[in-house]
Amino acid sequence: MTPEIGHFALVLAFGVSICLAVFPMYGYFTNQNGFCATAKPLALLQGLALAVSFGVLMYGFLAHDFSIKYVADNSNLDLPWHFRMSAVWGAHEGSLLLWALILSFWGVAVALFSRGIPDHMSALVLSIMGMIGVGFLAFMLFTSNPFVRILPFPPGNGADLNPLLQDPGLIFHPPMLYMGYVGLSVAFAFAMASLISGQLDSTWARWSRPWTTVAWAFLTLGIALGSWWAYYELGWGGWWFWDPVENASLIPWLVATALMHSLAATEKRGLFRSWTLLLAIAAFSLSLLGTFLVRSGVLTSVHAFANDPERGVFILGFLIVVVGGSLTLFAVRASKVSEPGEFGWISRESFLLFNNLILTVMAVSVLLGTLYPLMVDAIGGGKVSVGPPFFNAVFVPLTAILVSGMAFGPLAKWRQSSDPKLYRPLIVTLIVSVVVGLAWPSVLDGNYSMGTAIGVTLALWLAIAIRIDFVRKVGLYGGVGSALTRVERGTIGMWLAHFGLAVTIFGVVMVENHTEHRDLRMGVGDTQKLGNYDLWMTDLAVINGPNYVADQATFEIYFGEILYKTVTPQKRRYNASGMVMTEAAIDSGFTRDLYIALGEPLGGGDWAVRLSLKPYVDWIWVGAFLMGLGGFVSITDKRYRKRLERENAEAAVDGATA
Amino acid sequence: MNRLMLWLPLGVFAVLVGFFFKGLTMDPGEQPSALIGEPFPVFDLTDLNTGERLSRETLPNQPFLLNVWASWCITCQVEHPYLTQLSEQVPIVGLNYKDTEKAAKNWLEKLGDPYALQIFDPTGRLGLDLGVAGAPETFLVDSNGVIRLRVQGEVNARVFAQKIRPRLDTIR
Repeated sequence: MTPEIGHFALVLAFGVSICLAVFPMYGYFTNQNGFCATAKPLALLQGLALAVSFGVLMYGFLAHDFSIKYVADNSNLDLPWHFRMSAVWGAHEGSLLLWALILSFWGVAVALFSRGIPDHMSALVLSIMGMIGVGFLAFMLFTSNPFVRILPFPPGNGADLNPLLQDPGLIFHPPMLYMGYVGLSVAFAFAMASLISGQLDSTWARWSRPWTTVAWAFLTLGIALGSWWAYYELGWGGWWFWDPVENASLIPWLVATALMHSLAATEKRGLFRSWTLLLAIAAFSLSLLGTFLVRSGVLTSVHAFANDPERGVFILGFLIVVVGGSLTLFAVRASKVSEPGEFGWISRESFLLFNNLILTVMAVSVLLGTLYPLMVDAIGGGKVSVGPPFFNAVFVPLTAILVSGMAFGPLAKWRQSSDPKLYRPLIVTLIVSVVVGLAWPSVLDGNYSMGTAIGVTLALWLAIAIRIDFVRKVGLYGGVGSALTRVERGTIGMWLAHFGLAVTIFGVVMVENHTEHRDLRMGVGDTQKLGNYDLWMTDLAVINGPNYVADQATFEIYFGEILYKTVTPQKRRYNASGMVMTEAAIDSGFTRDLYIALGEPLGGGDWAVRLSLKPYVDWIWVGAFLMGLGGFVSITDKRYRKRLERENAEAAVDGATA
Repeated sequence: MNRLMLWLPLGVFAVLVGFFFKGLTMDPGEQPSALIGEPFPVFDLTDLNTGERLSRETLPNQPFLLNVWASWCITCQVEHPYLTQLSEQVPIVGLNYKDTEKAAKNWLEKLGDPYALQIFDPTGRLGLDLGVAGAPETFLVDSNGVIRLRVQGEVNARVFAQKIRPRLDTIR
């Protein structure tokens, strides 16, 4: 009976989303405030209905209700409870439900925090988000319903969750990623609303800027978690594979990054208006495109969901309506956008333009590289694959160019070609970063690596340049403490994010150029030297986990004579699915990770063992975390808080008078 | 901005949609391989069951299917009953790919062994030479030891009737 409640709530949410798409829009065009006013309650109701639906599905997993087909396919009596919770979004249907739930959350957030925005505007925004909801809920109800039952004879046990996904990383990665993907729908909806209403000045940029920043921060964390998960769970020890699904999240991230920066120019100076509108449309469209690529089977990938052409046709149709519709509206309306304002050659505007140009080229190249195999196949050129060499060849130099400019942007002033004196401190930065960068590889073991020298130079250049801006602000406010409290939070967020990028670049450069890696045969009693460590395999055993059996090796890691740590890499065989998974033992540290994974048994008690020493690999994710943190810090900016306080005060007054 | 320029994004998107639509109607299962029309790669491995040495010369000298499988592969279990049926019509050589001896033997014991030969390739060397992307994959090899067809994914009645059968008939 309970699953029917969830199913009913889902149908209810579908009905509500249709109302949400239609009523406020109708109200807007007929000037009936009553209809416009339905937007907020409907958005709240939709959120409530989807929360109920999601809760019921989760209850089905926790209570082992195998009469729900989705539960039977993705759970098992032996599956630990926390994986049963994350299994809710472990496969196609449930992850769609999570998508829809998060979309409705964003709708609720817009409804609650948009009191400073004119009612007709928030009505339009919510209506557009309602339309997106209609598409996704229809997709779910008609092709991918998670509440399909197996009745009257439900199986006694389930097929188990894909072992790849039985990992703490999966608990957080998809929700974070979806918060980002779907959050971009808010910026999209604001852009659409301004195109529909014809209010094409920079107001919409001011409204949608904090939303975009939050969505971007979530997307950053989501991608970082995904990369981290791949690193320690896929058992290959890589951190980025240029897999189509990874690219599907990277492309919107690049575009959203460009959008964040161009929104700044649009808000502050009213510049790049139509370009910013286009970016807002593109960022969300590319998120949808990512969904299409992952779920339609058009591209084959490590993490492709079920390949089902019928679903592909549906998503493609939806994509045509949303993207085609919004781009048509853009083409018709954006010609009315006026582009006032001029700016000097070396102003902050021109650096933002430069940033947008590079980020767009990056996004387009990743998109092309991802779609190239499909295009070649479609015109009869056979199946080809574009591998990491292409992406690295394009991405690395573009990043270098981008980072070179990033030091200048924050120092530049709006509008005028500023005084060259502003950039004078950069000469010192340049000298320091080049000298340290060139010297750095020579203190490392092994051959001198020019790639490392350049990469470290760039990371230092970026990191040290932030200091200049910081010192200036400290001078301005007289002291570090008062500077930190009085500088705009947006600026602090920017420092954090830029510094985070420098940290990530450093990590990437070190891992890619200086990983010490060995594949070899080892048995009990064998010792191997890895960096400054001696790894001693002391034991091999078979152990029983809750839902798997594992071969487990025990390694004692010695640093000189001292026993530093004992680790236990495993090769697991999951009982229900029979799938074999490598559970690598990773010892994480500030300057390096030790990575030990079991390969195949080679007979005679020996195993193929993969040993790696990965210098500074965690810096990649720490940097990404700082970037995300920067995003969250910047939306605590005073002007947003003030606006909210003012709105609350107004609401209180309204409440008192009502 | 030039008015026509504003339509450009829509135009680009329309072209992409064309490709996606084409992409949906294409079968990702059919993967032409660079090895089609090429002789079977040289190898020196053992038979999983008998431990005998196997090489290119010991392969059947009539058309046969080479099925790449592993005990960790779920789709392999799905296609196994059909392969068992199919082995009455055409010899099937197994290529046990990146597997362990024990797991592979258990698997065959449990599900039955329709294979004429069982090449044991724990390191995936032969798989690499064949350009195998993952299990299951099935290759059609003619009596001269030349690879004629590659199918990625599950072999079932439909795939056999539509793809393998026609090709098999031409070389028989």
